[in-house]
Amino acid sequence: MSVPEPMIVFDGVEKRFGSNVVLHDLSFTVSPGEHVTLIGPSGSGKTTILRLLMTLEKVDEGTISVGGRYLSHQDKGGTLVPADERYSREVRKRIGMVFQQFNLFPNMTVRGNLIEGPTRVLGLSRDEANTRAADLLELVGLSDKIDAHPTQLSGGQQQRVAIARALAMHPDVLLLDEVTSALDPELVAGVLALLRDLGETTDITFLCVTHEMGFARDFSHRVMMFDGGRVIEDAAPEQLFTAPEHERTKSFLQAVLDH
Amino acid sequence: MENLPRILSVLGDGLPETVIATLGGIVLTIVLSFGAGLLLLSPWRVVRGVTRVYVEGFRGTSEVVQLFWIYFVLPVLVGYQLVPLVAGIAVLGLNHGAYGAEIVRGAIRSVPRAQYEGAIALSLSPAQRMRRVILPQALVEMLPPLNNLFIQLLKSSSILALITVPEVTRQAREVLIPNFGDDTFLIFGVVFVVYLLLAAVITAIMRWIERWAARRLGRRPVRQRKVLEEVAV
Repeated sequence: MSVPEPMIVFDGVEKRFGSNVVLHDLSFTVSPGEHVTLIGPSGSGKTTILRLLMTLEKVDEGTISVGGRYLSHQDKGGTLVPADERYSREVRKRIGMVFQQFNLFPNMTVRGNLIEGPTRVLGLSRDEANTRAADLLELVGLSDKIDAHPTQLSGGQQQRVAIARALAMHPDVLLLDEVTSALDPELVAGVLALLRDLGETTDITFLCVTHEMGFARDFSHRVMMFDGGRVIEDAAPEQLFTAPEHERTKSFLQAVLDH
Repeated sequence: MENLPRILSVLGDGLPETVIATLGGIVLTIVLSFGAGLLLLSPWRVVRGVTRVYVEGFRGTSEVVQLFWIYFVLPVLVGYQLVPLVAGIAVLGLNHGAYGAEIVRGAIRSVPRAQYEGAIALSLSPAQRMRRVILPQALVEMLPPLNNLFIQLLKSSSILALITVPEVTRQAREVLIPNFGDDTFLIFGVVFVVYLLLAAVITAIMRWIERWAARRLGRRPVRQRKVLEEVAV
């Protein structure tokens, strides 16, 4: 059996904010359908990785590819140049993102949020997009909220709509950026259960930043521990959570568990 | 007081000119505010620079002098005389559009960055992001300052009297004062009221649009009383 082509490739990526180097010479790959969780102290660069993949930030050095195509760069006559907006948009279509603060559009109803991308970017008809929206709302358990405004929903409901909105684009890669951090504690479980369900029933590649270690453990195939802009440990969750090799990983997990 | 019907009738003759100048000015103001407001946010420095020259040029000079330029100087330069009412509408629109551009720019910038990012995550194009996501949210923020701007424009329309447009103020000064000189108090009292009523109409329409826009965002209009209660606490 041949090794499948990786879904995500980071090759020597460096990202700086001013003089602060957030990611140092970072290289890793993620296979199609793999669930990878990024953990580490805040400021370690985890969220920056997701933002680079969503093209919300630009790389300073190195390249990022998704599904065999450059994301950060484009090939112009044999030389790599930074990707322009039009090129980025094509590659970006394969990637979805769910944000900590949901980022639903308040000027649209739930339905509007769900059909906006499919109709305007993917070119679906209104009927097709409406059907897809209804199916996804059923999946996230919010069929009765289709005509509600985002402001009328609880945080947990908003986040489930945001997940449905990302899924409506049929992404190959889904980025989850601390999706339960802004939720009241009693709403966290419902969102995590939904994500577990998606992990089992779809072949989407997940890249996930979270502080929910229990979720990271049973959702991920692989956990990457970051510190100071570098990967210091990259292992299966059973390995990393029960027998971490690095002192830094141990002290981080200890601190998180004591919390 | 016995001259009141005559006074009202003469001022009434000027009313269409005032209303047309104001409406024309508002339409041009809206077009220029959005056009220049968006250009002020352009990624290209040259575009921002040229737009900035327009905004500062029209904000920083006298409206009356602008009017004289368009009406008296421009014909000398290009050999074409604008109809007074058209010249007036042009100046009202150009001048207030310069202020409106800053309102539009400020409102667009007040939309949280998270909304742009949500739109990028759905792969919307830059134009779709602006039209579908950012502008509808910015609009709610623009409406109250635009209401102010339109009322100012209405009052500014009285300078059209200086270039012979027979609008309300000119009717009062050129027709009524020479004929009913003893009723100065009454004449200008009525003129006051006319502008006040027209301003009330603008405010009523703008409030209605504000409520409509707030509903579209799923916001309830803030009750005046509640705000005061919070201040009291």
